[in-house]
Formats: sequence, structure tokens, C-alpha cells
Amino acid sequence: MQLNLQRLAALMQKETIQILRDRRFIFLFLGLTFVQLFVYSYSASRTVYHMPLAVVDQSRDPTSAAFVRALVNSQYFNVKVYLSDESQAKDAIDKSEVKAALVIPPDFAASVDQGSANFLMLLDGSDQFAVQSGYSAVGLVAQDFGLQMSDQNLALGGGMSSTNSSLPITTSSQILYNPDMNDKWFVIPGIIGMILQTLAVEQAAIFLVRDREWGTMEQILATPVRQLELILSKLIPLSVLCLLTFGTSVALGIFWFGVPFHGNLFLYFWLALLFLASCLGLGLVISTRATTQFEAEASAMIFMLFGLLLTGLFYPRTGMPLLPQLIGDIAPLTYFLRISRDIYMKGVGLDFVWGDAVILALYTLIVIFISSKRFKMRLD
Amino acid sequence: MKQFAISVTNLVKEFKVNKTLTTAVNGLSLQVARGDTYGLIGPDGAGKTTTMRVILGLLSRTSGESSVLGFDSMNDMYQIREHIGYIAQQFSLPPNLTVIENMLFFAGVHSVSAEDQKKRIPELLSFAGLTEFSSRLAGKLSGGMKKKLALACSLVHEPQVVMLDEPTLGVDPVSRREFWNLLGNLRAEKGLTIFICTPYMDEAERCTHVGLIYQGRMIVDDSPAQIKAIIPGHLLEFTPSDFAPALKLCAGMEGVLEVQTYGERLHVFVDDAARSKPQLEAALTAQRITYGDLREIEVRMEEAFISLIRRQKESTEQNGLPALKSEVSGDSR
Repeated sequence: MQLNLQRLAALMQKETIQILRDRRFIFLFLGLTFVQLFVYSYSASRTVYHMPLAVVDQSRDPTSAAFVRALVNSQYFNVKVYLSDESQAKDAIDKSEVKAALVIPPDFAASVDQGSANFLMLLDGSDQFAVQSGYSAVGLVAQDFGLQMSDQNLALGGGMSSTNSSLPITTSSQILYNPDMNDKWFVIPGIIGMILQTLAVEQAAIFLVRDREWGTMEQILATPVRQLELILSKLIPLSVLCLLTFGTSVALGIFWFGVPFHGNLFLYFWLALLFLASCLGLGLVISTRATTQFEAEASAMIFMLFGLLLTGLFYPRTGMPLLPQLIGDIAPLTYFLRISRDIYMKGVGLDFVWGDAVILALYTLIVIFISSKRFKMRLD
Repeated sequence: MKQFAISVTNLVKEFKVNKTLTTAVNGLSLQVARGDTYGLIGPDGAGKTTTMRVILGLLSRTSGESSVLGFDSMNDMYQIREHIGYIAQQFSLPPNLTVIENMLFFAGVHSVSAEDQKKRIPELLSFAGLTEFSSRLAGKLSGGMKKKLALACSLVHEPQVVMLDEPTLGVDPVSRREFWNLLGNLRAEKGLTIFICTPYMDEAERCTHVGLIYQGRMIVDDSPAQIKAIIPGHLLEFTPSDFAPALKLCAGMEGVLEVQTYGERLHVFVDDAARSKPQLEAALTAQRITYGDLREIEVRMEEAFISLIRRQKESTEQNGLPALKSEVSGDSR
């Protein structure tokens, strides 16, 4: 494989002029990238606060009132309406007036004292995020409330004499790396990879198909330009653009969204470069199949969808059936996602992420091999 | 044996289109001597562009041989590309580069030294009449200027052979003439070998050698004068007042070899002009068809082309094999 620097320079100059001259492209490239970063980061918040709540308090005693207060204080619920029975509460959820309803049975205070308190929480299952947040919130609040009540009982009963001194089984859990469960901390390291994959795969495919669609490929092929020179001349300027957006995204993540970066930035950069290479290679493979820019873009879109849905970016891969998991394995983001989160949030080093790094390196070699076999320096 | 600039032997190129095999070039052979201007002519779809692309190594070949300056089209494609200049049929220079950026780009990919670039690029721009447009985007040039820029770009590395695929398609007559004058100068000054595909018969006339291809086969391969000479008979031309009956009359007359229409005029090939001219005049008068100026004219490439293609068509339809080849072939060189 021959590489002539003068030819490569001439080709790269052509690409650079073409990129810089296309204002709309630059605008879309940078603009859409940051729109993605902001839209995903702000919209990907999956904890629902201040859910409208209907309360059916059939007990009407200080304990039930204290429990409702505890729910409101948790910030997860806002009492919107007090109703008289369960069917009214269901009706309110049907009408989407409230997302959840709390039904407290009569004699709540007495049953709390006996340690066998019960209440009913109705949640709007048509809103999955509301259910998840509401379900976990109400559990935590109830546990906490129960503990306090037992403490009070202990205090009132004077030491060990109480018949109900045994506590219900309590779990104590500590959340590592993201103690406040801030969604952005979880989402941003992934979004950065997502943006890089989308840009690199799509633009690499488009860059290489563009000359074919414009007909300029025929004229370029009639010159002594070699395959490697042609491919590099497109991928090098594109890589510069991708790295600029990557750097900006990381900076925005840290300084704008306030997600602390715990790892080694240098290591993170080198692994991102490896990830970029695998994405560009994938784009190259797509470009050998597509004949028009539209076709290239449509194929690249599929990988964006895989990236969004199957790599673990928003939906955990562990819960997926095998087939979607295997499809997700085709997207390089699957591997970088783990690297990104581990380095970003856990602050681990290469000794922890080397497995995914090796897979990415192999992935890169494979896509480069396939595309070099398929990328023809002829028109047929 | 002298070395040919371009040599093609029994070239076959098949395409697979929707799972059916189409033969675009079918056993084609041709030789282009150094310094020649060789015109490859033929109707649309005859295989002209495919032939040129295979010679350049832009398409793979199914079988046969093809080489440029002794370099094999498939194995030495990069050597070929270093020594030739090429203009594709469609405008295919980067449209969003300016005239001068295009020149610099093609100089760069052809490894022209900075020193030579400084000298040649202004020369070529003024030669192509593009000096004052050097900062205009290539995509914004007129059709004729685009072709001239393509020519200038294809010459920046001083190739020994230029291959031009219908370079004046869609270009106005004035620009076409200018373009051919440029080619003429190049041939005279630099001894450039020019290989050109063209649908225009007046351009074929300007070539030193013409190959007429039809359905991927070579029908005639000779100098324009020789090709015109092989058309049998003499050509009478007139403008009848009543076109359709006149056409019918001529076609049925004794001594008429072929009738071609040319606008409102009729071109009648006869075996003996002195005998047929009075006969034709008498027959037309008898039918009360008036005619202006019935005269014998020189056979031009246009009439020769139509006549040759028609006969080729007829013989292919009759026995499925080209018959004319044996009749007129025999490389004159």
C-alpha cells in the first residue's frame, strides 16, 4: 500500500476546503451535536418528582396525617385532592387528574402501633417512569416512617418492655458513585459516546459516498490516487471535527451539567480515539454498500437506533433477550459506553476497562479489513 | 512493429443488470498510433464509454487485452493514470472548488512539483481562456467553460495521451469549435495522442482515425476519407414539395441503393449518378412533385455513419451475425 504525502496533502486540502465552504454542513454538524447533548441530557431525567397524588384517608388520625406529610416531604408527591373512597381514586387516575392515589384504611394509627399497618398505593401504570419513581419512593418513605414509629414506641414503652420491639427487616443500602441518583451523571457519559458514534458513522459513510454521487469519484479515480490516500483524506478532517465535538461535549458535561469526572482524562481521550476509529471503520463499511448519500445516511441511522436502544444507553442490556443483545453488540457504543461510565464515574484505570478496549481494537481491525476488501478503486 | 499508444484486443465487457448478463463490449479490437487523434463513434449505447473506462482501468474487463503506452489496463492501472489525462462524460470536477483550486488539486494528486505548477497552471488557464475566472467555483461555470477547465486539469501533468469521453456534449457550437482548436494546438505543439468518444460527425471528421462501433463491435476502423469512400454509390440531394410520396418513389426506383432523410431534404444513394439523376427528375415530375435543386453532393461522415449502421442493423437482423465486417475491414495500416 503506497502512501504519497503530496497526493494525500492535495486530497486533504480539497476535503478541507469543501468542508469549510459548506456552511450549512458546519452548522448542522456542530449545531445538531449540541442540540442532542442538551435535549438528551434534560429529557433523559427519569425520576418523577412532585407527582400529583389523591389521598383517601379513611382513618383521619394524627398518624395517617403524619404519613401523608412524610410522603409530601419526600418531594416525590404533591397532594392534589382528598377523596372519600377507592373507586373515586381510580376514577381520578382514569381521568389523568392524578398519577397516584393513596388509600389509608380505618384505624391506621392502631395498626401502626401493633406493627401491622397497611395502606394501598395506586399508581398509573400507563406512565412507566411515574410507577418506578412512585413505587420506590413510597417504599422508602414507608420504611422510614415505620422506623420512626418504632423508635417512638420504644421511647414511649421505656426500653425493652414493649411487646412490639422487633423491627421489620430493614435493608440498609448505600449507592456508590452517584449517591444522589442524579440522572445526568448516568446519562451524560453515555450521551457523549452516542454523539460521537452518530457523527462518525454517519459522516464517514456520507463523505465517502458523496464523491460517488456527485460523479467526482470517476475523475479522481482516473488520477494516480491510491485507496489508502483517498480514505485517509476524508477520515482525517472528519476525525478532527469529531474530536472537537467530543472535547466540547466532555467540557460541557463537566462544567455545564456539573457531572464530576473522576478518571484519567488522558486515558479517556485515547480510548475515545480508539472508539472513534471503530466508528469511522463502520461508516466506511456502510459506504462500500451505499451508492447515494441518502442510502448511506439511512443505513447509519440504523446504528443510531441501535445505539439509543440496544447498547445500554437508556435501557439496561441485562434485561434484554439474547437477540437484541447480540444486535447491540454490533454497535461500537456498547463497548465504549461501559468504558465511558467506568472511567467517568468510577474513576477506574485501564486495568478495569481493558476487556472492552481490546474488543474495540479488534472491532476496528475487522471493519478496516472488510472495507479495504470491498472499497474498489474502480467504478464497478 | 511500432508501439501503439493504446492497444485493445478482443475486449469483452459484460455487465450484470438485474441478474441478466448484458454484453456492452463484444470482442472489440483497436490500435491508436502515437500522435493520432482517434475518434470512437457509434450510436448511444454502442459501448463507447465502457470501452474507454475499461482501457483506463476504471472498469474491470471480462476478457481480452487492453493497454495504454504498454501498461496493462488492469495490472498497471496506476502507471496508466500517471501518464494519461481524462475527461469523464459528465462534469465531474469538484463543483465547490474554484477554478484555481481545481487546477492545484489535480496538479497535487499528479505529483507535479511546485516549480512546474507555478509555470504550467497560469499557462493552462490562459490557454483555456479561464484566467479571469480563476476564483469562480467550478460548478458555477458555463457548460463550455466547465469542459475547458476539465481539459486544463487533465493536462496539468503533461500527459502523453488524453482520453476524452464526449467532451463537447451539451456545449454550444462556438465553444465546441474553440475546444477543438485547443485540441488541434495540443496535437501540433506537443504531439499529444488524443482518444475521443463523440456522437458528433463533424468532430469525427476532424480525427485522423475513426472507429465506428455498434453493439459493442467494431464495424469500421479507418481514416474518415477511407470510411466515406467505402460507402457504395453516389449521393443525390433534393428538397421535395411532397415528402412522403417522394420518399416512397425513390425507395422503389431502380438503381437506388439507399434513401436517407435529412430534415426536409432527401439523400438518395444511387449506383450511377449520371443515369439516375435524369430518371429521378422525370419520375418526380410525373408524380407532380416539385423539387428544388437536385444535385450530387459529397458523402459526409454523417451519411456514411447512418448507412453503415443501417446495413449493420439489417444484416444482424437477418442472420444474427455481423456481415459487413468482412466486406469492408482490413486495417489500412
